[in-house]
Amino acid sequence: MSTILKVEGLRVAIGALTPLSSVSFSLEKGETLGLVGESGSGKSLTAMAIMGLLPLIGGRITGGSVVFDGSDLTALPEPAYRKLRGGRIGLIAQNPMTSLDPLKKVGPQIDVVARLHLGLDRSAARDRTVELLGELRIPEPASIYHLYPHQLSGGMKQRIVIAMALAADPDLLIADEPTTALDVTVQAQIIRLLSDLIRDRGLSMVLITHDMSVVAQACDKVVVMYAGTAVEYGTVAAIFDDPRHPYTKALIGCIPRGLAGAQRLKGIEGTVPSVAHYPQGCRFHPRCLRAEAICAAVSPPFIASHDGAAACHFAGAVG
Amino acid sequence: MIIKYTLQRLLMLIPVSLSISVVIFLVVHLLPGDPIDNLMRVGSSPEDRLAMTVKYGLDRTLVEQYLLWIRSILSGDFGEAIVLRRPVSDLIRQNLPYSLTLGALAFAFSSIVGMIAGTISAVAKNPVVEQVVKAFILLGSTVPSFWLALLMILLFSVTLGWFPVSGAKTWTALVLPVLTIGFGGIALVARVTRVALVEIARQDFVTLLHAKGLSRSTILFRHLLPHAFLPVVTILALRIGWILGGAVTVEFVFGRPGLGSLLIRALGQRDYPVVQGCLLMLALAVMLGTLIGDVAQAALDPRVREATT
Repeated sequence: MSTILKVEGLRVAIGALTPLSSVSFSLEKGETLGLVGESGSGKSLTAMAIMGLLPLIGGRITGGSVVFDGSDLTALPEPAYRKLRGGRIGLIAQNPMTSLDPLKKVGPQIDVVARLHLGLDRSAARDRTVELLGELRIPEPASIYHLYPHQLSGGMKQRIVIAMALAADPDLLIADEPTTALDVTVQAQIIRLLSDLIRDRGLSMVLITHDMSVVAQACDKVVVMYAGTAVEYGTVAAIFDDPRHPYTKALIGCIPRGLAGAQRLKGIEGTVPSVAHYPQGCRFHPRCLRAEAICAAVSPPFIASHDGAAACHFAGAVG
Repeated sequence: MIIKYTLQRLLMLIPVSLSISVVIFLVVHLLPGDPIDNLMRVGSSPEDRLAMTVKYGLDRTLVEQYLLWIRSILSGDFGEAIVLRRPVSDLIRQNLPYSLTLGALAFAFSSIVGMIAGTISAVAKNPVVEQVVKAFILLGSTVPSFWLALLMILLFSVTLGWFPVSGAKTWTALVLPVLTIGFGGIALVARVTRVALVEIARQDFVTLLHAKGLSRSTILFRHLLPHAFLPVVTILALRIGWILGGAVTVEFVFGRPGLGSLLIRALGQRDYPVVQGCLLMLALAVMLGTLIGDVAQAALDPRVREATT
């Protein structure tokens, strides 16, 4: 397998703040990598950094590298980056309700991607769009094509957004919480749809979510993020069977487990610190049940093991 | 759908116009003084005065007078000017083209320059450009037009001699009035455009447009500006009436013929039919402006279209 995306030591600054640092992971072709964490942990920022869209929110990459298909994107000039965006990397945004231009019909909003990146003419792009909508299990794609966003349901809109991301046959999808804004029943459909697409088209995907059960369903690998940094990285199997970072453990503990032996839903005490107030040492230590003196003083290095790595002083011992 | 909506709105103009006509009639007739004062020669007898009053129907009750007036209006007759002794419709027909030319030019000038200035100040990364446009916007929205008109006459007509001081004989006489009326409009349109653009650029779908690989200029012209049009169109539509109203003082200062000049002269003479006719025309312009704005809104925004039709 060859590596399609390799992020190493990524560091992002917005103004004088550094909301993201030491994020590393690699993604092989055909794999899905989950990026999990609470809101404010830097998941979306990582996505924006990969897409080269940080300038939109006043941010910039101040360290590390983002290597896509062998070339470093951090030094890529804007015109070349534009060819990549939509062309080879597709983005699926968090909220389908606000992700489409409300003044334009949905069909042409998809067409434009194929026209821009594949050089198709108007009618060829339209045929392609209708075909793609059918593939995404949208009923009567030819008539949906002519509707405006406000005439579609949330699940439909998210399929349109997925179609936009797929229209130019990209190699990599970045899905930023693609199901968060949707009904539970629709969530499952969309996740299944994405998994099928990855398999059928040989795509790779970075799936951003705060939902561990989505990770378990759809991902091969996981990066667990906390307060702007990666805390654990490994295969889904390894992370669920043997989480080595206390935060990962706590996250998995939060997944509701049916009614058998039902108990109160678990949470994690405390809140994610804001960018301006990241604690010294390990950023999780104020909420960590296992914290000791060293945790408040020294920020833990990534300790690698056979199929992953965890940034905890006790990574070897947690079990 | 749009056509049906437009027709519905046009029908609604009828009751609105009728209510406005009552207000206009009352306001005009409640003004102190009457047109007969302007007709009587010094030393004429009370009997002459009474005869005149009866001749123009001013001895009847207000209700009767109103009904007579509205009936003739409905048959297309605006009545006859008491002091000027000519049909009001002739007077309006004579003066309206001047006001329309001035209004249309000022409207086009302020919309185009205003949208360009607003766009530049919204997308300019250069703080100097942004501050200059901002200062201009502030100036334009605070300087009253009659004062600006006097300053312009002083500088461009009296000192530099580029344009005539007053009148409407040559096209150059249009330049200063258009600039005067347009100036405040530019500021307004620029401000609304700027705020709308900044607001829209923050929305989620714009991030996704960038993620599709579209260029900045495509995003600006194909997506952001159409959105900015929505509030701008509303403002512009309201300004159609406002410009005609603003033209009243500006026409007066520049000594141009037009509905505004006619209105001010007729007001001085308490020439009821003329004042009523002019006011009715201005009110109609405001109503049509609002209607055009609403229809344009529905034409531009599919969500509005669905809600209204």
